[in-house]
Amino acid sequence: MSKILAIRLMRLVVTVIVVSFVTFVGTNVLPGDPVNALIPIDAQQDREFVEQIREEWGLNDPMIVRYGRWLGNAVQGDLGRSLVTGQPVTDEITHRLPITLELMAVAVGFSLLIAVPLGAFTGYREGRRSDRLISGLAQAGLSLPVFVTGLILIYVFALRLHWFPAVGWNRLSDGLGPNLKSVALPALSLAVTEIAVYTRVLRSDVIATLKEDYILSARAKGLTDRFILFRHGLRPSLLTLVTVVGLNIGFLIGGSLVIEYLFAIPGLGKRLFSAIQQRDFMMVQAITVLITVFYVIVNTITDLVYMVVDPRIRRTS
Amino acid sequence: MSSPSSVTAVGGSATEEEPSASSVGRVSRVLRAFAKMPWLTKLCCLWLMVVILAAALADLIPGLADPNYQGFVFGNGNTNEGPTASHWLGTDNVSRDILARLIYGARVSLIFAFSLAAVGIIVGGTLGSIAGYFRGLLETFLMALVDTWLSFPALIGLVFITTMLGMRNLVVLVLVGAMFIWPSYTRIARATALSVSGQAFVTAARAIGTSRKRILVREIFPNVLPALLAYSLVGLPVLIILESTLSFLGLGVEIPTASWGGMINQARQDLLINIWPAVWPAVTLFMTVYSFNNLADWVRKQAAARSAAI
Amino acid sequence: MAVSEEPTYTSTSSESMGGSEILRVEDLHTSFFLPIGELQAVRGVSFSLKRGRSLGIVGESGSGKSVLARSIMCLNLGSNVKTSGSVFFDGRDLLALPRREMRRLWGTEIAMIFQDPMTSLNPMVKIGRQVTEHLRQHKNVNRRAARQIALDLLNEVRISEAESRIDRLPHELSGGMRQRVSIASALACEPSLLFADEPTTALDVTVQHQILNLLSREQRQRNMTMVMVTHDLGVIAGRTDDTLVMYAGKVVEQASTDEIFEKTQHPYTEALMRSIPRTTHASHTPLAAITGRPPVATHLPAGCAFSLRCPYVQPKCHEEDPPLVSIGTSGHKSACWYPVGSDANREAFERNLSDRLPQTLAVAESLDADQGPGIPAGLPDGGIA
Repeated sequence: MSKILAIRLMRLVVTVIVVSFVTFVGTNVLPGDPVNALIPIDAQQDREFVEQIREEWGLNDPMIVRYGRWLGNAVQGDLGRSLVTGQPVTDEITHRLPITLELMAVAVGFSLLIAVPLGAFTGYREGRRSDRLISGLAQAGLSLPVFVTGLILIYVFALRLHWFPAVGWNRLSDGLGPNLKSVALPALSLAVTEIAVYTRVLRSDVIATLKEDYILSARAKGLTDRFILFRHGLRPSLLTLVTVVGLNIGFLIGGSLVIEYLFAIPGLGKRLFSAIQQRDFMMVQAITVLITVFYVIVNTITDLVYMVVDPRIRRTS
Repeated sequence: MSSPSSVTAVGGSATEEEPSASSVGRVSRVLRAFAKMPWLTKLCCLWLMVVILAAALADLIPGLADPNYQGFVFGNGNTNEGPTASHWLGTDNVSRDILARLIYGARVSLIFAFSLAAVGIIVGGTLGSIAGYFRGLLETFLMALVDTWLSFPALIGLVFITTMLGMRNLVVLVLVGAMFIWPSYTRIARATALSVSGQAFVTAARAIGTSRKRILVREIFPNVLPALLAYSLVGLPVLIILESTLSFLGLGVEIPTASWGGMINQARQDLLINIWPAVWPAVTLFMTVYSFNNLADWVRKQAAARSAAI
Repeated sequence: MAVSEEPTYTSTSSESMGGSEILRVEDLHTSFFLPIGELQAVRGVSFSLKRGRSLGIVGESGSGKSVLARSIMCLNLGSNVKTSGSVFFDGRDLLALPRREMRRLWGTEIAMIFQDPMTSLNPMVKIGRQVTEHLRQHKNVNRRAARQIALDLLNEVRISEAESRIDRLPHELSGGMRQRVSIASALACEPSLLFADEPTTALDVTVQHQILNLLSREQRQRNMTMVMVTHDLGVIAGRTDDTLVMYAGKVVEQASTDEIFEKTQHPYTEALMRSIPRTTHASHTPLAAITGRPPVATHLPAGCAFSLRCPYVQPKCHEEDPPLVSIGTSGHKSACWYPVGSDANREAFERNLSDRLPQTLAVAESLDADQGPGIPAGLPDGGIA
């Protein structure tokens, strides 16, 4: 067990190094001189001044050296300074990370709340009209890009009904009520697609579980359908759900970027977006690495949870 | 498993009739399958055919002017109009005909999606088949590369690269997209190739002295292909959504080229004045993606039913 | 299972001719509607069973025996299954009962033990709970009492160290023990009718014997009626009172188990008997397998289903399906135009032999082996092919 953890940890480190290096190179190789972010255009006339800035920021050193410097600082917690704002990157990240996390957590939590009963229900009632209706809706939910869902929600609930704000964000520290109002529509936009995905996966898993022999045995003992569904049928399916949530993190990360853009939410996604456009490569670097770390950790946890919870797999591994 | 190359490893035909290789046989089989579809799936097929045909033949439609044409003369200043005789779906906020833009936007989305699927099948399929069949150091290295590549959300990477690029036309977008699509296809191809390689007919081919390269081409790849095609069918709607999301963020094909996502983004500004320039592309986008999803689900159900009956 | 020349019987409760009739099946038909067509698994089965008796249902894979057992218990719960006919249990027609009523009978009056104890027990639930969960639901027993009952049951089915095993998961037990758990679970509510669907097929031979003895003992002690479904004649030999032989969804022979062995009437039953290797055979004697394959249940031949493989087949067999008729007064029934032992049967054999019908030749060869090397006796015209 600990051997597996060690391997995973090593993979995490390797992945982070590779991705951060690629990002580092990418930011500096692709068109767009970082200097433009540091100095306004007119001030760039002064060659000496430009050179001075370059030296100050270490922009003239070879790539490897610069990367090494960044890596060395990063592991000590210093992620550099934003080229645009001049503020330490770490500060901005700690300021914005909770927002993005809250958005994702609320979206996932709400989705699970809806999808678990829906998935169990449709799996149990496979083929009936209620199943066909809900499955059809799930199919439709999958077919809506997050920004379309978001726009529809904005138009109906914000612009027309004025129940929720269309843009902006109220921090949790400023009060729960306004915060909930800010998070409602954005999280819901993500949740629509999430619910569709989770429901479908859970449904097919429940259907497969209900075909097992031990379900027939349980029926032959006269146990009620409800008992069978909850005590025998759902347990293995919840396992799959954990895996799916983990696998879907990629969608969540990309989706929250779009949602933050659409709803003008001051989260990490939006900051990344603007940072890329402004060639603020320190910020880009930091957020990218953070995303990678997060993504790989979630995947690893998902794998490990799966191995631990399913006794059959534990036996063979 | 008697005849190697024509055998599919996944969901072969289990009916009593002889699988006909002729094109007439194929067409009649497709038509018969179409007849058995539920009505909703039939509608979806029809919609897809309409969209594909319209996108393909856009240049030939009389009276439809290419809204991307640089020298395009804007309409007579009527912006944000509802449906009229000359503009069936109205005009957008710079008085371009919405219907025309929708059709040309379809082109962008479909070309993007199908091209990337093709790249995935060809590149991913080849790499994966080689990895799965030859194994060894090549496989280890390739799979490590794939795993690393996949450990990053694709959208972020795409946003990253497209923002950096100076010029973004469809070709460039497809190339960039290709960079992110090949790993997932490679993984599937490798897994399938692995299981196919273990089957008897491959060992038999080797036993009679067939060169490994020939086995790869004649035995492995044709059996990997169906799995990739099935994956593509599910992947097409995802790719269309991806393209529209990029366009929405302003990172897709450059304006003024029409694209569904871009149209929606532009219509955002005047949403309260006139929702139609946003509604039409949104509806078209949804219907197209939904049709692909519906069709893919139906195909999957058919394949599952057939393999269960064996 | 190979049997020695003289099958040994242990007398079951056949002395008591059983009490009242507990089960009567009338013209039961079960069909599955698949994409490839209608699969007729059970095609008109009728029989009755008295309280306390044991019945064996014997047949190859695909003969419909398991489907028959499940149809009687109304456990075919798919949407593409249709069962018709009547199943009278204690006077009530089970097929006419709504699910809710059936659920009250399942586990309490009628129980079933399934073939594979690995998959028929929930791998994630402790065995103690699986043994008594239905008891708790049906009879409203509290957890402590249920645990005690579970312990008693586990001891009764001879699971050692029940105290520690009760909290284990199925995969921590051996196959034989898992099947004992299934038996304990089936007996928990003291049913009056027990179905055992191939209870020993998934077990080692040495364990099979123990499990079958356990079942016989439980049946005797509880005066339970038992139906044992199996493909193995050795399982029912000496253990069941009566036997039903099934082929392609129909009963082809029905009699007390003794008579099935001693006075075989149907060619299929005879072929089954013949295929059992005997200790009196010389070593390297080829197994007398039945030539051909069972028919595909979606494409049944006209006439008798066994006609394509029967060594005594005549033109009439291809045209008309023989009905199940009584022979003699002992309740022995058989469905054949040319029953084994009759003159018509001998003539049919001779005719086929001279026509050099493959299945008849195969039978002649194996009869040859039966008599010992070099002595071609027992054949109608004294010669061999």
